[in-house]
Amino acid sequence: MITKAPRIVTSRVGLPDSFTLERYLATGGYEGLRKALSMTPADVAAEVNKASLLGRGGAGFPAGRKWSMLRKAATTYLVVNGDESEPATFKDHMLIESDPHQIIEGTAIAAYATGVELAFIYCRGEFALGFERLQQACNEAYAHGALGADVLGSGYALDIVIHPGAGAYICGEETALLESLEGKRGFPRIKPPYFPAAVGLYGEPTVVNNVETVSSLPWIVVHGGDAFAALGEGSSTGTRLFALSGRVEHPGWFEIEMSKTTFRDLIYDPSLGGGIARGKQLRAFIPGGVSSPWFGPEQLDLGLNQDAVGQAGSMLGSGSVVVMDSDTCPVRAAWRIARFFNRESCGQCTPCREGSGWIEKIMHRLENGLGREEDIALVLDACDNISPGLTWPPKQTTICVFGPSIPPSIVSVAKMFPDELLVHVKEGGCPFPSDAVRRG
Amino acid sequence: MARLSADNRQRAEAIVACYPKRRSALIPLCHLAQAQDGWLTEEAMEDIAGLLGCTPAEVRGTASFYDMLHTEPVGRHVVTVCTNIACMLAGAYEVIDHAEASLGISVGQTTADGEFTLEEAECLAGCDRAPCVQVNHRFFGPVDPDRFDALTEDLRSGRLGETVPAHGVLSRVERSVGLPAREARSGPRAPSTGTVPE
Repeated sequence: MITKAPRIVTSRVGLPDSFTLERYLATGGYEGLRKALSMTPADVAAEVNKASLLGRGGAGFPAGRKWSMLRKAATTYLVVNGDESEPATFKDHMLIESDPHQIIEGTAIAAYATGVELAFIYCRGEFALGFERLQQACNEAYAHGALGADVLGSGYALDIVIHPGAGAYICGEETALLESLEGKRGFPRIKPPYFPAAVGLYGEPTVVNNVETVSSLPWIVVHGGDAFAALGEGSSTGTRLFALSGRVEHPGWFEIEMSKTTFRDLIYDPSLGGGIARGKQLRAFIPGGVSSPWFGPEQLDLGLNQDAVGQAGSMLGSGSVVVMDSDTCPVRAAWRIARFFNRESCGQCTPCREGSGWIEKIMHRLENGLGREEDIALVLDACDNISPGLTWPPKQTTICVFGPSIPPSIVSVAKMFPDELLVHVKEGGCPFPSDAVRRG
Repeated sequence: MARLSADNRQRAEAIVACYPKRRSALIPLCHLAQAQDGWLTEEAMEDIAGLLGCTPAEVRGTASFYDMLHTEPVGRHVVTVCTNIACMLAGAYEVIDHAEASLGISVGQTTADGEFTLEEAECLAGCDRAPCVQVNHRFFGPVDPDRFDALTEDLRSGRLGETVPAHGVLSRVERSVGLPAREARSGPRAPSTGTVPE
């Protein structure tokens, strides 16, 4: 069902000057921060708890609970994760370019609520225009008095630094992000400690929140946590940005009410995805980023609800849905995903570093008709060495969740499309049409 | 030029002052050096090491981890074609095959005239415009083979000079203030550090 939920994070998107301070102030900008500063930090945090806002980065951890875990210390930090790199996820990119002031305001609200006086916004390096707009917004916010020694006349002092990445998928993992922010290679840290809230940037307690998560905060403070929680169902409240791509008529991002809307609505509704491109049929879809197990047409009626998707054996993850049509070769799709993981593995852990290479090579020869029937068992064995048992949620033999994110697409193909896999071996090549699609 | 210019050294000091620890400025300073020279020269990495209080090997060791930091010279236009899942499903491999043929180079190479370096990228978060291409980190898409040729023609002729800044330039906007909140609390001070040469 498509509901008439308010646009919480995208209300300004589409206005030609949506990224300017002038437009921001003319459309209620910095009112959330002003209201937050009139409340106690604990009361602000209480509103966010009431909203039961789940983190929008991929893990879906409750934002309010994350804040409450922050270890008490003389120095604490807030780091906003804008290193969006999960394949087929492009919502934070859009928010950074379209509404950078909303991110600055949300960051300031989160910093105030957690008692932080220095916050960093880590912007993916490849987002050059986005970085410029964030830096411009940050400069304007200082000039406006919304940042600095006396935030909006409240006496609260906050600095925000916009920090660029330099191209490494793994830096989206929060401990790798902190290493990168410390000027090092983006190597995820060994756990425990599990949470940067205990040991984070420079060893100090640190809150790490996603760009979309902080972008929701101005609305939540202005309208109240209850208004946010009234949207959606169960633990999945509010609205959320979904990034739809692949073989659909209208690829794009859509802000929709959680839980009420289904995958079928997202993919087929004329106001959203508009159906499968060129009148083809749906073969499969990836429900939450390339780390998630695939779904088929039988899961179309699942609601966009974190728990429901989890119970069905996958995850909503980063909110990116990739659609494969009847012309899409599932083996080729899984090979390309394996190639991505192989290229982006940071190389610290043997199962991931070596396994991703094996898996990529085996999938490549299967796709290209050079594989043997035993290769199917071999590739699953390589997957099993990274994530024993190939269960969902996955088990882990590596420092971070990157490793166990490799098997799901391979396992999905083996489970959902065993015949298609075998045909590649038996016919010595890919039976599907080339994926080169010319736009009309 | 290879060492940081006097202007850029000043910019670098201002960037370093934004962080509680100097080393945090490593990536921003590498971007600054690339904006100056187009790539990360040995001398620039030595300069950066001096500014951060670490060794040139540590700068190179960190920089070599990141795709955007080039420790070898690149062309005036770094053309990056995404071939990840969403772009692949929209024909990205046809675009990259065409790019190789039309520029006469393979992925990873630079044209003899120094105009173009061709790269294949992982997802650039432009999947609603698939297949998407970046030139010096500015977005174009959807790009098909014909549009690719039009794009390279525009770049050669300089028609996109406004949209696509020179190679290596990540940002044309600089931070306008230091850390006023921090200074108000503790007075201006140099960031904490180990040993800084000079």
